[in-house]
Amino acid sequence: MFSFELLLNAVAAGLLLGGFYAAVSLGISVAFGLLEIANIAHPVFIIAGAYAAYALHTAFALDPILAGLLLTPLFYGLGVVIYRLYYVSFEQRGEESLRGLVFFFGLMFIVEVALLLVYGVDYRMIEAPYIGRSVLIGPVGISLRLFVPCVVGVILTLAVYLFLAKTFYGKAIMGVSQDSLALRLMGADPVHIKTIAFGLGVATTSLAGALLIVIGPVEPAMGREYIGRVFAITVLGGMGSISGTLVAALILGVAESLTATFSGPSWALAVSFGLLLFALAVRPSGLFGR
Amino acid sequence: MIHQCRGRIRVWARGGVRLGAIVLVIALASVSQAAPPIRIGLGMALTGGLAANGKAALMAMEIWRDEVNQKGGLMGRPVELVYYDDQTKPATVPGIYSKLLDVDNVDFVVSGYGTNLIAPAMPIVIERQRVFMSLFGLANNEKFNYPYYFQIAPMGPSPGQEFSRAFFELAAQQNPKLRRVVLVGADAEYPHNALAGARENLKKLGFEVVYDSTYPPATVDFTPIVRAIKATNPDVVFVASYPPDSVGMVLAAHEVGLRPKLFGGGMVGLQFAAFQTKLGAKLNGIVNYDFWVPEPSLNFPGINEFLKKYQAQAEKAGVDPLGHYLPPWAYAMMQVLGQAIEATRSTDQKTVGDYIRAKAFETIVGKVKFGASGEWEKARMLLVQYQNITGTDLNQFAGPGRRVVLLPAEWKSGTLLYPYAEALK
Repeated sequence: MFSFELLLNAVAAGLLLGGFYAAVSLGISVAFGLLEIANIAHPVFIIAGAYAAYALHTAFALDPILAGLLLTPLFYGLGVVIYRLYYVSFEQRGEESLRGLVFFFGLMFIVEVALLLVYGVDYRMIEAPYIGRSVLIGPVGISLRLFVPCVVGVILTLAVYLFLAKTFYGKAIMGVSQDSLALRLMGADPVHIKTIAFGLGVATTSLAGALLIVIGPVEPAMGREYIGRVFAITVLGGMGSISGTLVAALILGVAESLTATFSGPSWALAVSFGLLLFALAVRPSGLFGR
Repeated sequence: MIHQCRGRIRVWARGGVRLGAIVLVIALASVSQAAPPIRIGLGMALTGGLAANGKAALMAMEIWRDEVNQKGGLMGRPVELVYYDDQTKPATVPGIYSKLLDVDNVDFVVSGYGTNLIAPAMPIVIERQRVFMSLFGLANNEKFNYPYYFQIAPMGPSPGQEFSRAFFELAAQQNPKLRRVVLVGADAEYPHNALAGARENLKKLGFEVVYDSTYPPATVDFTPIVRAIKATNPDVVFVASYPPDSVGMVLAAHEVGLRPKLFGGGMVGLQFAAFQTKLGAKLNGIVNYDFWVPEPSLNFPGINEFLKKYQAQAEKAGVDPLGHYLPPWAYAMMQVLGQAIEATRSTDQKTVGDYIRAKAFETIVGKVKFGASGEWEKARMLLVQYQNITGTDLNQFAGPGRRVVLLPAEWKSGTLLYPYAEALK
């Protein structure tokens, strides 16, 4: 069954999928990788972002991606509030390890049930001109339903990367991830910086949700399916490395796609996680870990 | 003056006490005369992956309960539903059914929705020798052979094979003869059973399987799978998928340009209005299984009245607005149980169970008669083709002509548009 055309298409599909995975993993890379906050409620923010984009799309016929972008300030604010609550209740008291985990677990259920109450249990999908269409570039077929999320995902990752590398607040976030005491000695407030970073993580996650509903239907409980993948990508890329997250997401996307095409899709996840184990055995800090 | 007032107060007080006593006696008498309710217990997926269907099924059961109670109940006793959310988690089911039977002391139990959530209840129900009405379980009783298990979906004595039997029979009828078959499905309970049945059907009919694979349930992108399928140049593609995957497969088939002669088979979810109104014309040409569709050949007494009641509540509850797939069957399942209780005038499990096994029942999904395994005596799975869909308007799916019945011949309402590519035009 092997053909060069099939190989090219598999790699292209994998890269598109990887771009989306990068967007989905970015929030956890910031929260878990940089701030060491085990935000296991991350997937439910993806779903909340998807539903929020759906709501704007339905109410004002807005493109879901544009709706997702417009919603990022709102989710940033939500992230700020959640982090403040987490900080005051757990981090400040040094009880963040186990109780913080329970906090995010509870938050996950609350958001999920809230979505159930507001939208019910039925699947939600959106319509957009690029859904269900593809373009041919030579022998390679590009599905626009995946191409658009991939482009947005890559741009989002690059934007976060540049923000962290070039701006004062970005450098402060990198600083707080390395040594918050040293940052405090420099006159910066680590809690304030962490609040900004967590808000940023939730905002990017909500945009990833808008990308998700472009790819396929969503229902309130489906976020849990992503938790394994996003943590795997963050760990493979190297904790806190944004460029690593992008590279790891692309690697996993291509690995899944190649396996699904040539060895049968049932092996796709096994190969991805096998790859993760192998990479960690060779390089325990991840591909771009410090 | 004060003496007069005291006298009046005494008179009023005596009158009040007498009146109170009369009211109390009447109330006690009415309580002792009111018949205790017939309590029917169940676990249902009200949250989690199957909640969209579970909630709709429960709504149908509640419509049945309200109708029965308006008519005076069963055996003159009101009907009460006792239910718990199984969260679409099989692990919660044994606890729920133990509580229903041992703590709540319900008179009857019926199942939740779906194979995975019915299986864990089976040992508990069998141990206590209870009648067990089952809602869309695929071959749950195959190994137990429990005599009081009754499954309402019309899959017949060989449910695993039934999901694909008509599809491949239709493929075998085509001329020139079709040969190359693809089997693909999710790595989960239902697709496994459906694919196993498909393999047996293929063996009998002599097709060549050119691709046979499952994919993980959390698959996001189906284009690599569909491309690999396309590379095998198949005549027939049989898909056994759960709702989000069915959408992924249909979209990927359009994006990749997959054009077998027959496409579809066992795709769960395409029957839901939420997907029909989004996929629209992309559904045209797909040949898929179904249980009931709004075609004239299946216009059974009571179905339209039921759907009218259901649809009036559906939008507010956030469930499937048309309710063609599962709700009529949930209602019919309760009709069977209700008719058996009423006819036997009994809540004895053996009496009611024996009656259900022996008799036929008139329901809103037609005449139901169970066979030895607790499945329908004779299968009535439908093979339908999506046709003439334009745009994404919901109303077009509410009436006939969009999912025409191809098989069984007895219920046929339209003709196959063949090949798949032709139906897409």
